[in-house]
Amino acid sequence: MSEVLKIENIYKRFDELVVLEDVSLSVNVGEVIVIIGPSGCGKSTFLRCLNGLEEIQEGKVILDGEVINPVSKSTIKSREKLGMVFQNYDLFPHKTILQNLTLAPGVVQKRKRTETEEEAVNLLKRVGLENKKDNFPRQLSGGQKQRTAIARALIMHPEVLLLDEITAALDPEMVREVLQVVLDLAKEGRTMVIVTHEMEFAKAVADRIIFMDGGKIIEEGKPEDFFKAPKTERAQKFLQSFSY
Amino acid sequence: MNFEVISSYLPLYTEAFFLTIKIGWIGILIALSIGILGAFILHFNIPVLSIIVKVYVELFRNTPLLVQLFFIYFGLPKLGIVISVETCGAVGLGLLGGSYMTEAFRSGLEAVPVSQTESAQSLGFSKGQIFRCIILPQAFSISVPAVLANVIFLLKETSVFSAISLMDLMFTAKDLIGLYYNTTECLFLLVVFYIVMLLPVSYLGSFIEKKVRFAQFGD
Repeated sequence: MSEVLKIENIYKRFDELVVLEDVSLSVNVGEVIVIIGPSGCGKSTFLRCLNGLEEIQEGKVILDGEVINPVSKSTIKSREKLGMVFQNYDLFPHKTILQNLTLAPGVVQKRKRTETEEEAVNLLKRVGLENKKDNFPRQLSGGQKQRTAIARALIMHPEVLLLDEITAALDPEMVREVLQVVLDLAKEGRTMVIVTHEMEFAKAVADRIIFMDGGKIIEEGKPEDFFKAPKTERAQKFLQSFSY
Repeated sequence: MNFEVISSYLPLYTEAFFLTIKIGWIGILIALSIGILGAFILHFNIPVLSIIVKVYVELFRNTPLLVQLFFIYFGLPKLGIVISVETCGAVGLGLLGGSYMTEAFRSGLEAVPVSQTESAQSLGFSKGQIFRCIILPQAFSISVPAVLANVIFLLKETSVFSAISLMDLMFTAKDLIGLYYNTTECLFLLVVFYIVMLLPVSYLGSFIEKKVRFAQFGD
């Protein structure tokens, strides 16, 4: 298996507060990694460090052999290879759904409009939103917005998708429609790093589970092993908090 | 109320009306230009210039237009700069309006959430592209109500021009009252002309606001 993304001993601090401590991870092509852990354990920050949205104080993030964090000029160029979807969708409110998809490939990748529009419509079809292409984001439900955000990330042809708690802001009945899209992407062999609180989803989609707590990776393993018999006490406690 | 008097005054009022509109809109254009420039300087925190803009904004926001006009009209000639009363009115209004417009545009730029920048960054946009394609259009939409309120406010402020004997609506009314003492007719005409001047702006304003409201319903 070839490696696409490599994280080497990164440290992230906000003043005195240590958010990430010596975290290393290597992501292979086609692999789906799911990061779980209690709130405030640093998993979202970790994800944001991967594409340089957060500065790191030590260590390196390497994408295709190129250092992208610590942030440099090449980071901006490399970001298009790392698609990211956020908890609050963050669509562009002044653009239609179709334009939300075509804006970045047009401006950033200088692709032709006819080509990007065709691809955008196909992507919207895949996420079941082709009939919404001329609507504005405010006219869509949360689940629809999040599916748009996934399509917006995909149109850039990213090598890795980073999903940051993409269902956390959704009503329960909309969670499934979004997660279904992600499950389909996993089946296609997309490389993804996912932060989530949906344990059943994590079990279904992950090739590897990373359990974080206190800014460190505490445990990692295959989902069937991890969920059945977590090795560390902290992971056991964390999983117990989900059962009633 | 004597309608003969009213109709005989109409030409004078019409002339004053167009002069008021002319000076008012020149002043507003100056204000908009200063406002956009000032807001950019503050947004990008350009050294030295941003301090100058801050001082300018506070100076002009916190002094009355009348005082500013006196300074320009009576002060500048002492420095050897003589300008016409019309120029003085337009520049005075432009400088006052510029300080309000700077704040309106700046708050618009600041109101665009950071998460918009982040999601654009994650798509590979450069800083310049983010400003041009993401922040600017949304900031514009957010600033529109404040800018329009300023436009109406500035058009009304033109009434202060009469103090430097610019033949605007207010001056004409005061002049006629002084000459012929037809107070009722003169004031009636004054109100009517101000409403005729401002009502279309208000309506146009609400229309534009609705057109560009996209950014204000969240994402």
